[in-house]
Formats: sequence, structure tokens, C-alpha cells
Amino acid sequence: MRRIGIDVGGTNTDAVLIAGSNVVRAVKTATTADVTGGILAALKALSRFPEVTGQPIDAVMIGTTHFINAVVQGRSLNRVGALRIGLPAGATLPPFCDWPPALADLVRGEVAMVEGGHDYDGRPFMPLDRAAVTAAAHRFAAAGLKAVAIASVFSPIDPSCETEAAEIVRTIIPDAAITCSHELGRIGLLERENAALMNAALAELARETVAAFEAAIAESGLKAPLYITQNDGTVMLAAHAMRQPVLSFASGATNSMRGAAFLSGIADAMVIDVGGTTTDIGQLRHGFPREANGVVEVGGVRTLFRMPDLLSIGLGGGSHVEADGDVVGPLSVGHRLTTEALVFGGSRLTTSDVAVAAGMLELGDRARVAHLDPALIGRMLARAHAMVEENVDRMKTDSAPLPLIAVGGGAFLVPDAVAGTSQVVRVTHGDCANAVGAAIAQVSGEIDQVFQGMGRTEAVAAATGLAQDRAVAAGADAATLQTIEVEDIPLAYLPGNALRVRVRVVGILGRRASRRRPPPAAPS
Amino acid sequence: MTVRTTPIPLEDIESLAVGAWILGTGGGGSPYLGLLNMRQLYAEGRQVSLMDPFDLADDDDVAVVSNMGAPLVGQERLTDSRTVARAVEIMERYQGRKFRAVMSLEIGGGNAIQPLMAAAHLGIPVVDADCMGRAFPEAQMTSFAIGDLQPWPLSMADCRGQEVIVARVTTWKWMERVSRKACVELGSVASTCKAPRTGREVKDWAIHHTTTKAIGLGRAVRAAQRRHSDPIAAILEAEGGLRLFAGKVSDIARRTTEGFLRGTATIEGLDGDRGARMEIAFQNEWAVAWRDGVPVATVPDLICVLDAVTGEAIGTETLRYGQRVAVVALPAPPILMTPKGLEHVGPRAFGYDIEFRSVFAPTAAE
Repeated sequence: MRRIGIDVGGTNTDAVLIAGSNVVRAVKTATTADVTGGILAALKALSRFPEVTGQPIDAVMIGTTHFINAVVQGRSLNRVGALRIGLPAGATLPPFCDWPPALADLVRGEVAMVEGGHDYDGRPFMPLDRAAVTAAAHRFAAAGLKAVAIASVFSPIDPSCETEAAEIVRTIIPDAAITCSHELGRIGLLERENAALMNAALAELARETVAAFEAAIAESGLKAPLYITQNDGTVMLAAHAMRQPVLSFASGATNSMRGAAFLSGIADAMVIDVGGTTTDIGQLRHGFPREANGVVEVGGVRTLFRMPDLLSIGLGGGSHVEADGDVVGPLSVGHRLTTEALVFGGSRLTTSDVAVAAGMLELGDRARVAHLDPALIGRMLARAHAMVEENVDRMKTDSAPLPLIAVGGGAFLVPDAVAGTSQVVRVTHGDCANAVGAAIAQVSGEIDQVFQGMGRTEAVAAATGLAQDRAVAAGADAATLQTIEVEDIPLAYLPGNALRVRVRVVGILGRRASRRRPPPAAPS
Repeated sequence: MTVRTTPIPLEDIESLAVGAWILGTGGGGSPYLGLLNMRQLYAEGRQVSLMDPFDLADDDDVAVVSNMGAPLVGQERLTDSRTVARAVEIMERYQGRKFRAVMSLEIGGGNAIQPLMAAAHLGIPVVDADCMGRAFPEAQMTSFAIGDLQPWPLSMADCRGQEVIVARVTTWKWMERVSRKACVELGSVASTCKAPRTGREVKDWAIHHTTTKAIGLGRAVRAAQRRHSDPIAAILEAEGGLRLFAGKVSDIARRTTEGFLRGTATIEGLDGDRGARMEIAFQNEWAVAWRDGVPVATVPDLICVLDAVTGEAIGTETLRYGQRVAVVALPAPPILMTPKGLEHVGPRAFGYDIEFRSVFAPTAAE
């Protein structure tokens, strides 16, 4: 398999070509305001190498922060019709009730709440009020809404009310972009609904962005299917990812961690990705980032979907250095490093300047930092090392020393020995780890469901089977499936030894994407 | 008769949610949905007042409210303020008398806000008291049960219109068993109005001024967060608490037995506690803490596991590997520490063969 991985970051757009398990070429270009310009430039830079254009490319995988930035900055969002199924429960807490008012004002089109939904054990909660769904759809249509989010009580256990309502809405608004909450989230109605609302609000932007990505690939002369990378280190065909932009929110950081695992050949490790402004620290388990268990806030909205468990600290290659080296970050020159740092003739002392003065980094004009006091250099490096050590330890889950893989353009700030880790691993192409992670992404399937009246082993086996079905439906080669996460939580105050089981499996992308069929619905 | 009642500003309800979650000692359910309900109700122009328990007349009737059931189900069905109010109205109908005020069953966790939700609809004040002073898992673990007050009747409502009256039971434990079964049938979440109390009973047996206490605790945490000072220190100062341990969660074992979430959390020491280890056993709430195998704190003393940075409480359902935590003890209400109180809520009531000794007991008493 020959794949191109692209990571569109805030500062740089990186692209790599991977053949089998070798990184053939890697390039770094500046991210452009229109995003796709940077992608095209990266692809053109890559295409200058004969080994890139000589043979066909099987896939292009893009990781982007475009969608999460749109939410955080409150731009390019479309209005959404919100349909909640579950009355008479939850009537006092309607959709958007826990959103920051400014963001809610941008996204709230119409809100409708109707009877329906399920119980935790799969019993119907109330019969679905189809007439009310139809009426809601007519209201959405009259308001000119093209995006609809549907959330039903306990839909992760039985999604049938959401799918039936979606069919009704589609008959009335045939071109609607419909998001059903069970496709995104876990148990927790408001947070799952929030994820669905946010996803629906991104519908237009996602469509335009993916179309622009495809145009850029076509313009570069490549003929390969486009995949978008997801928060969990897996990919979706662009056509599918376009319908679920929220699932790519944190893919950049995940790609870095997956790339670190690939480049180092280490599957269980701590990873530190030092960028220009921030450093992300996470833990790799079986080659995948550990996931955040709980609620994740995006743009002030509580959401629940697959996100890596990361600690971000204000340390990077562009961080300001103050007070004789004792204070580092969180302010940073960011993408203005090449104009504001001392080595580039600027006036702002940054971590990169200190590293150049210390002979740790080749960048700009070393003569411009020759005057720096060695004591300052020592203090700044000691401060950065302390920040790294403390925060790596914070993210570790037990006391056993794990290797620490250091990647990213600012990896020089990571010392060669970090307490609590067995070794510090540096890898070739580590500064493009994110693009490498995108290129090697796999396909996943996940289930999160409550099982009753069966033992733990039986419940986990049942959940694993369902997750495998979903992975194959998403394009995974069934022969390569691997279970990477099993979590079971016994539930308080439920009869029959209720057990909530979450299982995630991954597999290598099958060559024939045409074998894809729609994801199976969870059984009721 | 005119009685002083004090309006509770929304700002104080925000603080109440933070403080109640700490007093929940790991259980009681998150107050978040209750808080959202109150924000909605206040936005509609409703307001709730707080009443001192000693301003109650002896023959006033007081409704004791709480939500019952699985927090997980609550996360899907969401908390509805009108259902809580309806549980109270069912009881009024059954008794043929109106309530003077409502009060909380437990000030720990989500149930701290339930009476405010009911009061907002009923137009009556909330008594500044509860009958646990924290959160506990079972009906007989209340100061009213310790006082041998009558355990019945109980009303229960679900959001679909089901209404249940438990007309008579012989003991508080029977009330726990019967009402729990009914709750499961309704989908494992319901609003309840417990056995009504007279003003005299509230004055004699309730744990007083706990709403004010929870608001004060939350205020202290939020002020420390705003100042970027240590919220744990603020909690200790506000409540006269003790810092038991600082560390990182290294293991969490959970299981459910008889419907309760039980298990043990292990915390590896950091900073001053480096090299030491704390184990905390829980039954919904934190029950016993051992330091290097030696019990250092037990129920009914409040054992609170808090986020080391924000000072916010961490529930037994949400605690996870790697979290940096501070374990603190807060003093228990005196009634829980009487010999009768310890029969209901001491370590042995939770199955631990350990003698209760408060971490706040003067060492000279040995």
C-alpha cells in the first residue's frame, strides 16, 4: 500500500508518502488561509520526487483542525433544527439549554421535542409520536433549515426512534443533512445531543471543505480516494467523514501519537508532541492514544464523543522566555517565529533562540544569540525540563517506567532523561509524526451498550462481535481486526447485574472500498 | 405569623452545586442537571427562598424530597423540576394537608438541589437543613431514622405519570427495600417525597443549616479558583477539614452488589505523601480510608476525594486512573457519631469491622 498522509496544522501543513512501512518522503509547507492552498502546495512539493509520481497512490489521508476551529471561533456554522425524542422526560432541559448563549444564537434554528425513546434495558419508554415528528419537520422546512440533529433517549441502546424520525424528516426535507446522536455519542443525553447539534452545524462547512480537498488532490494530478482522519486514530472515506465532522476534532494530536508509535515501533509508551505554541502529552496503549472517559468541552459546550486523553501545556518552540529564563510560556510567537525570534532578527527571546545558543538546534543566525548568558540558558532549559517531567508524570497511569517518544518541531525541549520514564526515544521524521500518523490510520468499530442477565465474559464477547461488524462495515479487512479497548462498568441501582460494556476494534483498511455496506444498527 | 425567608440568588445556587458535590463524598449523583433546571427556572422569573429550621412552627408539615435511582438513567431522562414538585403534591393529596416548606433528604450531590426545584413550582420555602449532612446510599441512613421517627408514608412519581404510595412499612430498612423495587419498575429513576415531618421533628432531628454550609463551601472553592489560589486549602479553612493525602489514582476496582456500586480506589502518594499509599473503599460514597494498611478515616466522617487543581469533587463513578487528587476529611454532624448514629452509619453498617474514631477527635481523649 502506498499512501500519502497530510496534516493541516495551525502553522505548517506536512505531507508524507509511505510505502508499506517505510516513510519514502516527507515535506513541510506553510499552512495557508484557505487551507486547501497549503494542501496543494504540499502535494506539489511531494510530487517533485519521482518515487511519488512513479506508481499509483492507494489513498490520501488528511488530518485537519479546520472543524474544531470553526466551532471555537464561532464561524462558518449553519443553523440547525433540533429534534429531541423523549417526552415527557427532560422537557425542562430543551436542546441548547447548556450552550454558551452566543454560540447557541448562531446555531439554534428551531427546537422541537416529541414523545418517544427507550429505557436503559431496551424497553420502549414512550411510543414514537410520528405525527409530532412530521410537524417538526414541516416547521424546520418552513424555516429553511437544511441541517437537522436528532437525539432520542437511550439511543445508544436502541437507535430505532432516531432512524425512523430521520426517515420522516428526509421525506419532508429531501436534501437535509441529518445527524443522529447514536452515530456519535455515548450515554448522556445532553452531551450526545450537543455533539449531534455541533455536527449538524458543521454540515455545510464539511461539505465545502471536503470538496475543496478533493479538488486540490485532483489538481495535483493524483488519482486516489480521500480519507479524513478521526479523533481515535482511524480514518473514514471523505464522503462519510463529511457527514461526521465532529469526529475529526482532535485528529491532529491523535495522528502525532499514532505516528510516534509507527516511527518508533513502540506500541506502549508516553508521547510528547512539542509544537510551536503548545505541547500535547498522552499515553499510547497498543499503539493508540488512551481516550478521555468523560465529558469534553468544545467551545464551552459539553460533549461526549471519542477524544484522546491529552494534556496540553503552554510550552513550544516559539514560547516566550522571561525573567532570566525562569519563566517559559505560555505566550508564544506561534507562526511568527520566523520574524519575531532573535535568530531571525526579531526582538522576542524564545525557546528556539535559547536552543540555538546552546548548540542544540540549527535555526536562523546563531550570531544573533551569541550574547545570551550561559546561566540564562541553563535556567531556561531546566525550567522546560521540569515542565516536561512534571506533566509527563501527570499523564502516566501507573508507576512503571514507560519509554517517552518525543516528536514535533520543538522536541529539542525534551531532555534526554526524564524521571519516571525508561528512556527518551527520538525518531527520524519525528517532526512530521502527525502526517505519518494520518498515512497509517486504520478503520475502527465501536460499541457502548448495557448488557444484563449475562456474565462479564459473555457480555464482552457480545459487544466485541457487534464492534467487529461495525468495523467491517466501515471498510476494515475482517482478517486484520484487533480489539484495542475493552471497558466494563458495573452500574449502580440497576437490577440483573447490569454491565455497561464499551469495546473498540480496529482493522487495516481493505483495498476494495466498494464492498462497504451501511453500518449495522445495534440490536434492541 | 410572619417568618423570615431569604431569597436565594442564582449565584448561590451555582455555589451550592459545587459545595453539594463535595459533601456528596463521591456519591449522591452530580448536581449538574439540577443546576441547569434552576438556571432555566430563574430565567423564567421564578425564585426560591431559604428558611431557618427554627422558624418552623411545631405543627408545620415539611416535605422531604429526593430523586432516587441510577445516575446513568438520570443522564438520559434528565431531571425535571416538575416531577419533583409532583411527588410533593401526591403526598399533599394523600395526607389531605399542605406542606409549609420542603427540605432535602441529603445535602450531598444532586439531591441538594431537588428541594429547590420543587419549591420553585410550589411557591413554598426550602428549609435550611437535611437529614444526612452529606450523602449516604440507603433510606435508614438518616438522622430521622436514627431518631426512630415514623418511616412512612412515601410518595413516588415518574415523568410518565406513574404514582406510587408506600402506605406503611414496619422499619426504615423495609422502606428502603420496597421503594427501591418500585423505583426499578419505573425505569430506575423516580422522584420521591419521603415521610412528612413536623416542624418539631425537623427542629429536633434534622441536621441544620446544611444548605448554607454547602453554599459557603462552594463559594470558597469558586473564589479560590478565581484567585488562582489553592482551592483545597480554601475547603479545609471553610469547613475545619483535614488534608489526609495527596496523590495520583493508580487503581480503581468497581463491582455492583445488591444494586450498589462498591469497590476500592488506590492512590499513590505524591509531594509530602510520596512513598505512601492510600486505599479508599466505597459503597456509592467513600466509606473507609487506609494509609499503608492502617485505617485513618471512616464513615460517618466525610471522606472527600477532590481534584488537586480545581478542588472540585470526584465521584466514585467518575474516578479514574491517573487523576491527581487530594483526599480530605470534613467533620461529620454530631448526631451521626452518637452510639445510635453509628449503628446506622458507622463502619459496621457498611460491613467493616472497624471501631469508629473521628479524625477530628482530640488525641487527649485516648
